[in-house]
Amino acid sequence: MEWLGPEEWQAVALSLRVSFWATLAGLPLGVFVAYALARWSFPGKQILNGIVHLPLILPPVVTGYLLLLTFGTRGPVGSLLQEIGIVFAFRWTGAALAAGVMSFPLMVRAIRLSIEAVDPKLEQAAATLGASRMWVFVSITLPLILPGIIAGAILAFAKAMGEFGATITFVSNIPGETQTLPTAIYAFLQVPGGEGSAMRLVLVSVVVAMSALFLSEILARRIARRVAGI
Amino acid sequence: MTLSVSLTHRLGQFDLDVSFEAPAGLTVLFGQSGSGKTTVINAVAGLLKAQAGRIALDDWVLEDSAQRLWLPPHRRKLGYIFQESRLFPHFTVRQNLRYASWFARRDGPGESLSRVVEMLGIGHLLDRRPALLSGGEKQRVAIGRALLAAPRLILADEPLAALDEARKAEIMPYFERLRDEVAVPILYVSHSPAEVVRLATTVVALQNGRVARVGSPAEVFGDPTIAPAGVRGIGAVLEARVVARHADGLSELAAGAARLFLAGVDLAPGKPLRVRIAAHDVMLSLQRPEGVSALNILSGHVEAVRLGDGPAAIISVQTSAGRLLSHVTQRSVAALGLKPGVACHAIIKTLAIASRGGNGTATTQFQAMT
Repeated sequence: MEWLGPEEWQAVALSLRVSFWATLAGLPLGVFVAYALARWSFPGKQILNGIVHLPLILPPVVTGYLLLLTFGTRGPVGSLLQEIGIVFAFRWTGAALAAGVMSFPLMVRAIRLSIEAVDPKLEQAAATLGASRMWVFVSITLPLILPGIIAGAILAFAKAMGEFGATITFVSNIPGETQTLPTAIYAFLQVPGGEGSAMRLVLVSVVVAMSALFLSEILARRIARRVAGI
Repeated sequence: MTLSVSLTHRLGQFDLDVSFEAPAGLTVLFGQSGSGKTTVINAVAGLLKAQAGRIALDDWVLEDSAQRLWLPPHRRKLGYIFQESRLFPHFTVRQNLRYASWFARRDGPGESLSRVVEMLGIGHLLDRRPALLSGGEKQRVAIGRALLAAPRLILADEPLAALDEARKAEIMPYFERLRDEVAVPILYVSHSPAEVVRLATTVVALQNGRVARVGSPAEVFGDPTIAPAGVRGIGAVLEARVVARHADGLSELAAGAARLFLAGVDLAPGKPLRVRIAAHDVMLSLQRPEGVSALNILSGHVEAVRLGDGPAAIISVQTSAGRLLSHVTQRSVAALGLKPGVACHAIIKTLAIASRGGNGTATTQFQAMT
């Protein structure tokens, strides 16, 4: 990548790393929450649903500030985690947390839709054949919702790549540590003569977003075909 | 092995309170939709938790609300054949079958895959996905999958209801083989009299969440006081035996002390068979009918008269062949003065072969006997 300067390349690499971990760490929780919302009825279900969707509705700055209050070094959760050596504030891990929280609703929605499309009668049939709930999930539900999980993951990844407001509020804009693609574009646009760098990063953003979309389409279609047995 | 079931369950307006035993062989839960059949079978499977009750296979208790004991479905050692087959779409036929035997492996060697595949004739389907199978093929695979689960109890919820007549005829012999060759009890839900009469060893007739009658098909379908499938489903079932085959193609059957004539019976003399005579195919006459084309006319006397809600009445007539039911109008009941004890003649318009004893390759046939 000769045409990207070291600072630009740093931002791209960091963004990819942040989005990758945000998506990977969010997936197990995303599948769990989506399953709970799709299949279980429990008190407080609507509240959970609200909390999951909150980052979609709140101004990202608010989400970032709430993260800072909670996970900052003096926040209730942040100070606890600091004692066991996990620090989010002003680190790339914090950028990943912010990106993960912001992209979580999109991931859960996609996975929840795919779970709702699985006929519970198939899961019942598996249970009558001797499969415990865990086995039913692993052998029947999970393979059938794989297209939804992949679509949700790719959507979340793309959203994480573009996350700006919550990230800059929570972990600031430190080159090499928390300066992701969007915050780098923003920073380049603030200095005279930075338009060239900004333009190149904009191009990278467009390419990454489009590839993610195409990839998710292709994968989802291929797996949907396999699952439907055609 | 005997399955004993006793359940009470209330759901909105629907109130279920049943108690019955299903001995070895094929027990049909019979009734109209809304009678509670599916609720009962799903409670036995553990897919529905009844509010109170006890379900046991001999001395193995599946659930007992008094002891707060309730086994989840995967620990009940079932083979459940559903109406919509419910094959796993992301597995091939072979994987669907293996799925069942894999969970059954701790119960020791059950049916072998190759034996089940051969019995059901599904060898050529093994590498296909369920989406590419016909309805009848799917249902045969579903039967195989249930068998390979090494079940102690086989459940079937209207397994033929989604199939057309030709496919039904294709699948029914497999259930006859299950009934005759597999030692575990089979609980089978149906609302079709034709299926019940052909397959059942025991019938549990359900009406509005209650057991209306338990007995052999002949006892349940010959009972004029219950109409398990509505008036259209009513009819007598007679056990008969082939006596002779005549040169004109008719077979002579012995049913009780009477003789019946029927065409199209390709069974050797001595073979047993079950015939079904629908109530609306039996006319009654006070005098011995002369000059009518019907071959099968049985004399007897009226045993009971049951007036329905509409203009219809069901008359049960005791004849030398056994009890027959006749569907007549209340106007005729009044005009002929039908009441218990009155001598009469039953003119049978149509006989149906419900099932043939012995081999399991029969198809249901209807023969007008005039």
